[in-house]
Amino acid sequence: MTQTHVTSRGEVSIRDLSKSFSLNGRALKVLRNIDLDVASGQCIAIVGASGSGKTTLLRILAGLEAADSGDVLIDGAPIHGVGAERAVIFQEPRLLPWLTVMENVVFPLEIRKIAGDDSIKCAHRYLRLVGLTDFADAYPAQLSGGMAQRVGIARALAVQPELLLLDEPLGALDAMTKMTMQEELARIWAEEHVTMVLVTHDLEEAIYLADKVVILPRQKGSAIRTVEVDLPRPRDRSNPGFVSLRQSLLAEFGLH
Amino acid sequence: MAIVQSEQRDAYRRVQYEPSVSAALAGKTVKSLTRFGSRYGVLIAFLILWQIASRLGWLSPAVFPPLDAILTALWNGLAGGGLLDDIAISLQRAGIAFSAAVLVGIPLGLFMGQVKAVERSLDPILQLFRQTSALALYPVFILLLGLGEASKVFVIFWATLFPTLLATIGGVKQADPKLIEMARVYGASRLSIFRRVVLPGAVPSIFVGLRLSATTALLLLIAAEMIGANSGVGFQVMNAQYNFQIPLMFAAILLLAILGLGANYMLERLQGRLCRWNQLNR
Ligand SMILES: Nc1ncnc2c1ncn2[C@@H]1O[C@H](COP(=O)(O)OP(=O)(O)OP(=O)(O)O)[C@@H](O)[C@H]1O
Ligand SMILES: [Mg+2]
Repeated sequence: MTQTHVTSRGEVSIRDLSKSFSLNGRALKVLRNIDLDVASGQCIAIVGASGSGKTTLLRILAGLEAADSGDVLIDGAPIHGVGAERAVIFQEPRLLPWLTVMENVVFPLEIRKIAGDDSIKCAHRYLRLVGLTDFADAYPAQLSGGMAQRVGIARALAVQPELLLLDEPLGALDAMTKMTMQEELARIWAEEHVTMVLVTHDLEEAIYLADKVVILPRQKGSAIRTVEVDLPRPRDRSNPGFVSLRQSLLAEFGLH
Repeated sequence: MAIVQSEQRDAYRRVQYEPSVSAALAGKTVKSLTRFGSRYGVLIAFLILWQIASRLGWLSPAVFPPLDAILTALWNGLAGGGLLDDIAISLQRAGIAFSAAVLVGIPLGLFMGQVKAVERSLDPILQLFRQTSALALYPVFILLLGLGEASKVFVIFWATLFPTLLATIGGVKQADPKLIEMARVYGASRLSIFRRVVLPGAVPSIFVGLRLSATTALLLLIAAEMIGANSGVGFQVMNAQYNFQIPLMFAAILLLAILGLGANYMLERLQGRLCRWNQLNR
């Protein structure tokens, strides 16, 4: 596999996207007229109250859910279902328990019929990236939660996606592991030049990782707000700019 | 901090044990002996008690012959070849029925578990069949297939089919939708999702069914041989009792127990091989 980093890869544009679910016979408007652009190689964070439709938006981007109306374009082309240029990291690791760590990372490559040697090499590379080379032969049941999630990350990266979709990937981890993993994600993002869309409810995580933070409104119908994060990388959580941005985002949610 | 503590503990242990290697070895032997004792102690005590009770006349030796008499009867039966023929015919009946049940039950179960409409429409009749005792149907099978081998094998097959079939359906149906979705994200087709996600996930459940089926096969084998046969280990139990050859009767019972243990052991080994990952979760 050759890795070329053409600049217009993983570019996302969402135009006038709406989605509703039917709940007990009533239509529940979840997303209304969303417009959003993500430049190639950018990392954006989507935050919002519980039930504001973050997961729904991400699932539409992944191709797991269809929008009612509007367009989702990736590199200028509308999406039809799932696609090889996208990978998803879920809140849970979703590892196949009967496969070893190595086999789990190779799994999507096998699905995509990438030759055995190449896939092993590739899997090794990403296991090293997440620091789990020593656990290649372990089974998921033998891993800690944080380690399992790292395997999930390695698996998603191994398919070398242009667009990486993350739905609260660190939500289930303890505070310490979480901070370590945030640093790791920042490093991986910088190394892999991948476009990332990160759903999170952790504002600090959003500011730590993202170029811009998108806030889904609580009241359906009001527009989404976008906040640019103009801080030097690697980010410093104690930087005054970081702290004040966090304060102002908290204020958006009526918290102080 | 926890790591440091456990490392300290390990170091402490090493210091404690290293001075005497032989003591460590003795400790190991004692440990494995205790493990053996705690596992088989009660069984051994039971056998010894049987032997003593029978020899000393606490139990009527006519009904509960001493173990050595039973083992002698077993040896004579095996050496004389009479019991060997019975074992062969019994194994053949149970084996054919069990194999047929597996060959029908697993594929059918996989299919029914995958296709909701089929499962929904077949489930009621399956439940009816399952709840109807196979032995109650034995006369029907005899009417249809005659008194020969066919009806015996069929009644065993019938009873053996359901545990495997239902466990397979269950295993397929409880496939984790989150894992399926993960596979979908990576572009897996319906077939690869089935092959790589649903099927491996169903294997432990299928094995539960297989072991239940094996037990059922032996149970029905014995019943069928007691009801209408003139050969087989089950027949020998009845026949020996009828002829008042009580040690031989117990020898045949012992054989049946050994057959059951053997079948279970083999399935357990196979399961251990195929589902190592599942044992880790316990
Ligand atoms: N498959 C579905 N059927 C019906 N309603 C759904 C479905 N999926 C989501 N919803 C509804 O859509 C709304 C948004 O859900 P979503 O999961 O996108 O929220 P979220 O922003 O990710 O919330 P959280 O922060 O709690 O994860 C919720 O009100 C939910 O009830
Ligand atoms: Mg969500």
